[in-house]
Amino acid sequence: MAERSKMTFIRRAMVRREFTLVALLVIMLVPITLRSPQFLSVANINRILNDMAILAIVAIGQFFVILCGGIDLSVGSIIAFTGMVCGMVNESHPSISPFVLLALGIGVGLLMGLFNGVLVAYGKIPPIITTLGTVNIYRGMTFLLSGGSWVTAHELSVAYIAFPRNTFLKISYLLWIAFAIIGLFYYIGRYTRTGREVYAIGGNPTAAKFVGVNENKIRVVVFVISGTLCGLAGALWTARYASAVNEMATGFEMQTVAACVLGGVNFSGGAGGIIGVALGTLFLGIVTNALPVVYLSVFWQTFVQGLIILIALALNTISDQRKSRRVLQERRG
Amino acid sequence: MKKALLFILIASLVLTSGFAQGTKEQAKGEKEIVILVKNMGNGFFDAVYRGSQEAAGQIGGMKTVYMGPPQPTAEGQIEIIETLIAQRVDGIAISANDADALIPVAKKAMAAGIKVISFDSGINVGGRIVDLVPSNEELIGRQQIQLAAELTGHKGDIAVLSASAQATNQNSWISWMKEEIKDPKYANMRLVEVVYGDDLPDKSYREANSLMQKYPNLKAIICPTTVGLLATAQAVKDAGKTGVVEVTGLGLPSEMKGYILDGTCRQMALWNPVDLGYTSTYILNGLIDGSVKGNVGDTFPAGRMGSVKVEANGMIVMSTPFVFNKDNIEEYAAIF
Repeated sequence: MAERSKMTFIRRAMVRREFTLVALLVIMLVPITLRSPQFLSVANINRILNDMAILAIVAIGQFFVILCGGIDLSVGSIIAFTGMVCGMVNESHPSISPFVLLALGIGVGLLMGLFNGVLVAYGKIPPIITTLGTVNIYRGMTFLLSGGSWVTAHELSVAYIAFPRNTFLKISYLLWIAFAIIGLFYYIGRYTRTGREVYAIGGNPTAAKFVGVNENKIRVVVFVISGTLCGLAGALWTARYASAVNEMATGFEMQTVAACVLGGVNFSGGAGGIIGVALGTLFLGIVTNALPVVYLSVFWQTFVQGLIILIALALNTISDQRKSRRVLQERRG
Repeated sequence: MKKALLFILIASLVLTSGFAQGTKEQAKGEKEIVILVKNMGNGFFDAVYRGSQEAAGQIGGMKTVYMGPPQPTAEGQIEIIETLIAQRVDGIAISANDADALIPVAKKAMAAGIKVISFDSGINVGGRIVDLVPSNEELIGRQQIQLAAELTGHKGDIAVLSASAQATNQNSWISWMKEEIKDPKYANMRLVEVVYGDDLPDKSYREANSLMQKYPNLKAIICPTTVGLLATAQAVKDAGKTGVVEVTGLGLPSEMKGYILDGTCRQMALWNPVDLGYTSTYILNGLIDGSVKGNVGDTFPAGRMGSVKVEANGMIVMSTPFVFNKDNIEEYAAIF
């Protein structure tokens, strides 16, 4: 009985959390649209979604790590390294297919995530410390690989630059990929054994071990997911911005964490969902794209951005306090 | 915990040794100079260094080394200068990330007998012997407005997409753009906003998009920075606004060739970075020899560039920016 009511409770909480976010979005859109009616045009919405697609992909990886009670600070550096690898390979092999470059990015990202995961699971180094080290190691590797130089638009192939921009049913490949990733990981998180084990380890590691969940395996898996998605993102990033730059995606980890937290992912692990993360990303995207449009000075933009995130979080936390007490009671019973 | 600390220690050691290592393999009697740039990986500075190598070859008995921090920060440059003081090089030519922050360490270098000059992005008086300005800041700023006016037929909204909000040279050019546009011949043109892409491709791309979104009557975007110009040209092209929103600014011919040929950026300007490195090297040579002191009114011989003269506050002006368009881009794209 306890099991059943817990399930419906989690379901309700998730719906409520996402509901708050959607409500906030609508409230924010009113003054923006009054100020600039074309903000809700199809072209602009398409632009914002494209702008947020890469963040959504990486935030999903970050979500699994946070769900497991960790954090991945190295995402920006993995993007930079894989993006640089793809850029340099494309420069030396202009005829290479964009799909091969995506596969390459994914493969390299997977290895980098695996390294993080092994250090965390078998080296027993806390995730924040591990990735604080690898964020610098991977960024350093990017500089060593490129010798400090950039790959710019004219050194990349036309096919590669065009790849994320090509459309199928009027929607860009970049967006299709983001939607596919959201769908795939929604399924994995909700319906697969591994997905449920991640929730279990994040929620209560001791209990999870008693029911036979292999904790080390799960800890490696979440970092591999994060690394792999970063690798995919790196390959797309270089093509989308038509350049591979050593500094690319610096500070991106904070945006992914913000997207997760906005989406209601619990930092102590075990709670949150992919749809929330996708909505959190969308929320960030609308804030960053709307502020310049409402004629706010560039010097105020980052300030207001931070303020809006804080307010959103405060609202979320307030609506959350009562629920977390209930979760505790149910576990006792 | 011990393990974690050890890990971080090793990580930081690997990093610092990778970045800050300078090599010292100077033969006795050979002059060693360093071209210290804002950051590594910038095509513009690669061309500056090529000019320096050319000059060093002509002068003879001189070795030139190319250095820069991985990120464009004053802190990174200060660290490198400290290392160079320890290595006792003969001269340093710096493109500064901050006009004031480098003064103390540059003074220390000069006290140690190293000749310090700045070029491209200057250090304020007191932190260098002379400052080589690629062109007159006034001429660069005014020319940007002229280029945009020619493209838009002297009418419509224009905007500026710059590097960071505190970039020394960009801010000075922009203030001259604002002067130039006051002229009655630009009565139908309006400079609507200055935005900052921080010299990052993704941020610049996003800012260019918001400009187009925000100002439906936008006719031109001026980008007085190579990274911003590339990203803006790509954003305008992606938005299908080639020919509607004109793009101009300061750009590298090799990077911009595609956009110049397809009409997204029909003209842009730049001084020749090869000449900048070349002239800097000749100036350092004169200072190290002691043949020129660098006082106001002094003249430095500068090889194929003729000679350059020191003006008030130790400023040396090289030349006016050169305009690139579809007729000459192929030729210059092959050089830098």
